[in-house]
Amino acid sequence: MVDRFPGYDVLAKADSESWDAITRRIVAERIVLTERGDVLSDRQRLTLRAVVDRITPQPPGRPPINATALLLERMAGADGEGFRHHRLPPLRAAWSRGLDALEAEACAHHGRAFDTLDGDAQDRLLRLAEAGEASDPAWGDMPPAIFFSWRLVPDVVAAYWSHPSAWSAMGFGGPASPRGYVRLDADRRDPWESSEYVERRGHAA
Amino acid sequence: MSSGAVMPLEPRAKDGRAPDVFVPGGWTPMGEHRDTEAVDFAIVGTGAGGGTLACRLAEAGFSVVAFDAGAYWRPLEDFASDERHQSKLYWNDDRIVEGANPLKLGANNSGKSVGGSTVHYAMVALRFRPEWFKSRSLLGYGADWPIDWREMWSYYAEVEQALAIAGPVTYPWGPKRPRYPRRAHPLNAPAALLARGAEALGIGWSETPIATLSSPRGKARPCVYRGMCTIGCSTNAKQSVLNTWLPRALAAGAEIRDLAMVGRVETDARGMATGVHYQRGGEWRFQRARNVVVAGYAIETPRLLLNSASPLFPDGLANSSGLVGRNLMVQLNQAVWGQMEQEVRSYKAPPSLALTEHWNYEDRGKDYHGGWCYMSQGPLPIGWAQTVAGGRRMWGQSLVDEMNRANHSVGLKMVGEVMPSPDNRVTLANEVDAYGLPIPRISFSYGDNEHAMLAHALPFMEQALEAVGAHELWREEEDTCHLNGTARMGDDPATSVVNADCRSWDIPNLWICDGSVFPTVGGANPSLTIQAIACRTADRIAAMGKRGEL
Repeated sequence: MVDRFPGYDVLAKADSESWDAITRRIVAERIVLTERGDVLSDRQRLTLRAVVDRITPQPPGRPPINATALLLERMAGADGEGFRHHRLPPLRAAWSRGLDALEAEACAHHGRAFDTLDGDAQDRLLRLAEAGEASDPAWGDMPPAIFFSWRLVPDVVAAYWSHPSAWSAMGFGGPASPRGYVRLDADRRDPWESSEYVERRGHAA
Repeated sequence: MSSGAVMPLEPRAKDGRAPDVFVPGGWTPMGEHRDTEAVDFAIVGTGAGGGTLACRLAEAGFSVVAFDAGAYWRPLEDFASDERHQSKLYWNDDRIVEGANPLKLGANNSGKSVGGSTVHYAMVALRFRPEWFKSRSLLGYGADWPIDWREMWSYYAEVEQALAIAGPVTYPWGPKRPRYPRRAHPLNAPAALLARGAEALGIGWSETPIATLSSPRGKARPCVYRGMCTIGCSTNAKQSVLNTWLPRALAAGAEIRDLAMVGRVETDARGMATGVHYQRGGEWRFQRARNVVVAGYAIETPRLLLNSASPLFPDGLANSSGLVGRNLMVQLNQAVWGQMEQEVRSYKAPPSLALTEHWNYEDRGKDYHGGWCYMSQGPLPIGWAQTVAGGRRMWGQSLVDEMNRANHSVGLKMVGEVMPSPDNRVTLANEVDAYGLPIPRISFSYGDNEHAMLAHALPFMEQALEAVGAHELWREEEDTCHLNGTARMGDDPATSVVNADCRSWDIPNLWICDGSVFPTVGGANPSLTIQAIACRTADRIAAMGKRGEL
């Protein structure tokens, strides 16, 4: 998919009045965050990295999104998200078991580790889980479809779309405080917003 | 989503001062009470119910200590323009959800901050339709409120002034009301599309009455249309309990204790409340009080009442009716979405600047009970990604591609009335939280009425989008919002938990003041009504105090 906003980077506004001090600080910390090794096993982390790549492919031509690191950070924290489906264990335990089960499915179906499969084969296993048709005993009493739709996908996309590269690729305005926006009508934009039309025309030329 | 490092480690409101929410690093004087001093009112929760009540009771001359499990933020320095970071505002502790339609909680319908969920609410400030206060008698469903709508009308006016609501000169629905205190905000693109769609279908629409400033007020500046209202307003334009009622409460002598989790209301051998057990600074303490008000919203309120069971009250406090925790009501929050040729850029300005209450006030053509409205929308990236991924079962490159078209997406989202059902309820789970307190277990299922309402509302909103040229329409069929019920008010102790004054039938010095007391929810956002009830409760308490009836 062609980048709709190739010249646009929300980070270029980081020193402008669109970003306040706390936002600068927390985003700067976020984008350099690396994968912590104390949350999951090495094997689980390899599987997680592969899952994250299939659920949320990297934006071409932009700084890579460290969604796996952000997700591991979240698993390390004490917080849940305010609710837990009655068929799921707590956040970190659910991820641990879900990753083990995906790995077990890969071994059962292909005799190889999940992260060594090609993308299509990985997608087929993820779709099995999504449809509730994954049946390896490693899932235990945790329904694969519930894990997929209540834990796996929401958590991965929450990590991915917390990164400036994902904001830029969307043409999203990004942080906006203390300066917000002036032009609110359709097809109007402020000078500090992304420009889709100009970039599209430039691409076609 | 937070890492834990974002919470202040230490309570801020202590040593005779509380944060000045209008000044980075600022402080404002605060009165303090010793634990051993029996204060007039210990209030559990500082949101729309508890915070408003704390202000009004303190202004009436009562001694007040209000507790909140969350932190006391200064928006100007503590609130980032960032969804992930701002999850520090939500109640993120585990609650078990079950039933045919297990509820998603957290960001959408909870708050753990001084100021409660008003710190991140969408600021939609609607009055109830008058008939809803007598829905059983007049409309044939639900339960009657023990309060007359005309009395509520005067309290609505008070709250609208207190929050400097921006709204239209003339509101299209319901009995006459005063003009809103501040001029309406301009429509952003999604709101203008709602208006055009409503006009095409021949129904009314309005600028949404909304609690964000359209002109300066004291130290708070007008809204700058940054569009991040639902993750906390970093400029103080939003009029929340945190920056309206609570500064007034402090000025009137109330004490607020942040990062103070109340775990139990204590009762004595006579069956009277004597105070609250709370954890603050890592230790359990006990605050004595002549009256206790529970204002934790529709999940934490019943949880606290059930967790406070005693030999005299083995089924929990105020629960002789067996109704504590029952009749939990969310509201239907389904939406339809589509794509426009135009750039909509719905991330700009408050998310719901226009609405139609047509189907709250028109009953002809319905084969179900209750009402609903719909509003324009302005999702932020993480919320939008979860909506698209969940609603369309999308992931992988197709999800990324869809997300990158977000500037052309437009949506209409309903707030729809859910019927009270005793089987939708909050109980206690076997698990305990970090404080050692049993966590809530929440069971929720739609009934036939909810399905019938959706069968009307979703196609109607689709027509409204088609009328403005939206294409590729799809339905978000899962979402709910707001939490009410679980300690309903009424005029019969056998069928309600509190009376019209929010006073529990079973324990005369135990009060409940939040959305829990709603017998019905209507098709309108509840925050204005919760605050109006709190103002009324304060006036009633003051009157009873003068008569020696407390």
